[in-house]
Amino acid sequence: MQVMQKLGMGQAVNQALREEMRRDPRVFIAGEGVGVSIHVNPMFPTHGLLEEFGPGRVKDTPVSEAAIAGLAVGAAEAGLRPVVEIMFNPFFTLASDMIVNHAAKLRYLSGGKSTFPLVVRIKSGAGFGAGCQHSHNLEAWAAHCPGLKVVMPSTPADAKGLLKSSIRDGNPVIFIEHMGLYFAPMPVPEEEYLTPLGKADIKREGRNLTVVTWSGMLGVAMGAAEMLSREGIETEIVDLRTLAPLDKETILNSVAKTGRLIVLHEATRTGGFAGEIAAVVMEEGFKHLKAPLRRVTGPDIPVPASPPLEQFYIPDENDLVRAAKEIF
Amino acid sequence: MEVPANKKIEMLETMILSRKFSDSLAELCRIERKIPGMMILSTGQEAVGSGVCAALEPEDVIITNHRSHNHLLAKGADPRELMAEIFCKKTGCNKGKSGTLHLAVPEVNAPCTTTVVGGTLPIAVGQAFAQQYKNEPRVTVCFFGDGAANEGSFHEALNLAALWQLPVIFGCENNLYAGAQRYEEHTRVQDMARRAEAYDMPGVTVDGNYAPEVYRAAREARQLALEGRGPTLIECKTYRCRGHGESDPQHYQPGDEIRAWQEKCPIPRLGDELVSLGVIPSERIKEMESLAEKIVENAVRFAEESPYPEPHEALEDVYV
Ligand SMILES: Cc1ncc(C[n+]2csc(CCOP(=O)(O)OP(=O)(O)O)c2C)c(N)n1
Repeated sequence: MQVMQKLGMGQAVNQALREEMRRDPRVFIAGEGVGVSIHVNPMFPTHGLLEEFGPGRVKDTPVSEAAIAGLAVGAAEAGLRPVVEIMFNPFFTLASDMIVNHAAKLRYLSGGKSTFPLVVRIKSGAGFGAGCQHSHNLEAWAAHCPGLKVVMPSTPADAKGLLKSSIRDGNPVIFIEHMGLYFAPMPVPEEEYLTPLGKADIKREGRNLTVVTWSGMLGVAMGAAEMLSREGIETEIVDLRTLAPLDKETILNSVAKTGRLIVLHEATRTGGFAGEIAAVVMEEGFKHLKAPLRRVTGPDIPVPASPPLEQFYIPDENDLVRAAKEIF
Repeated sequence: MEVPANKKIEMLETMILSRKFSDSLAELCRIERKIPGMMILSTGQEAVGSGVCAALEPEDVIITNHRSHNHLLAKGADPRELMAEIFCKKTGCNKGKSGTLHLAVPEVNAPCTTTVVGGTLPIAVGQAFAQQYKNEPRVTVCFFGDGAANEGSFHEALNLAALWQLPVIFGCENNLYAGAQRYEEHTRVQDMARRAEAYDMPGVTVDGNYAPEVYRAAREARQLALEGRGPTLIECKTYRCRGHGESDPQHYQPGDEIRAWQEKCPIPRLGDELVSLGVIPSERIKEMESLAEKIVENAVRFAEESPYPEPHEALEDVYV
């Protein structure tokens, strides 16, 4: 029988890191404050790892994102299994030369001879009043780069299994954690398990409407599904979990069943990943659609700091319900 | 260079105002949690912003970072509008778009503030380039921490500024910590100013808790820049007396280290000097304090009484 524990997503990530570091001496972590942190909080992902694994494997770095990402690229090729942290999603841009131009491409450029098994963990998400230089969701940028895998878990249990798979994967993996999920404990199996990359998960079954979402927006989708259910609309929620590689099959099967699709994400709209999913469904599942599809996303603005403005930015249950009603 | 008495008095005033401002924010965060987002203060570091800004003229530009309140107040920003922005209100200097972290006050030539560590330096190079291009007799200062000096942007900006002899002053506020990492845990070179040598520009290390010394270094750097003799790196050695932000319990900062630096607080240091040299009577300091207190109380009241922006205002100001 599965023994369950209640963990926030940060704790689940922590458990995955611990298990993988115990299992494989090649795994090390590096980043700004991954060892000694300004936070003394067990809800945070790297809490207590320095104490267990020591400064040889838990490397606090200078504030140098390009070097942190490059460290991962070089060390991965040399046979280690780096798991590096970028503190907030917008600082991906400072690391992006090493990730986009190097991690993603060097294997291909070597004709498949060199490999770069590394994980870049990135904390993300709006909702903290920190403003756009801390809250910009850039997953679509990463997913636009062939050679990268992009993982965005929406539950602590998935985070644990997906991170373990990411660390064991032979490719560079961008692993994006929504910080809002750090503080919402949910059941996580105590035992060791791997959750496969590239497989979406049906988080709720329904026959009238498919909502495809990921990361912090799963909660919004679940809440809206309850509201819609009271009005007789049964929503199926496809939690993507991995943006690249994309599990088209699960999306298309669900749309074939329900005939209606909404894609929901926190990131801004134009060029957002919802557009990609919409295109896939138009190209490969158009015949199943009974109504035009809809995107529910952040508006095309930088995330503002002021609470009412930030709330306006973040998609909520009412936005999803409203979009659903437009297509029934 | 002799530091003029009126400048010393001005620095003392802006330091006192800045301290009252941050003390009040610390208190509001602690007991009332009225303020959204992270709260990052400069308590104990006031001599840096006050010293540098006293050396500038109103037309000079500053580009500052996440720890900006002291710099902006010293540059003359309106405390009410700053406070309202920190409260994320509609009446704030940036209509609630920024909050505490990216306060922009172009009215006093502080046109943008960035919380991306290392972001201030290349922008300052661009400002200085425009000043050189347009032949304007003014300079740009950027503020950044010791941690920021390990971003690639630091090195690229210094090299370019030196290469083109741009009128920019690189103001490194070395408060001994970058997040939880103490200076020697992130940097090998003992004095950050030595890095200037690598770019063939002057580099000076000053006591960042003594405003007149900061003033003198900044004034000299400004003069060089105006004469077309290029940039200077000024490292101000100071100390972060509070946590990185207000939610940081400082578990990694030794208590006796904090106390030792509190002893070196830049405010009584300059205040006592001015009184003992007979530049001002001690009552004058009391007056400065009560004036600062009134200004800050007034700013907090203004911020509290101001409305939040309307949600749809989020859509404004993205493009011109
Ligand atoms: C590019 C980037 N990386 C990381 C951060 C997170 N961060 C904010 S402040 C800070 C420490 C900066 O230290 P320092 O430059 O010395 O300035 P101080 O906070 O000490 O004033 C870090 C790592 C950031 N804002 N930007």
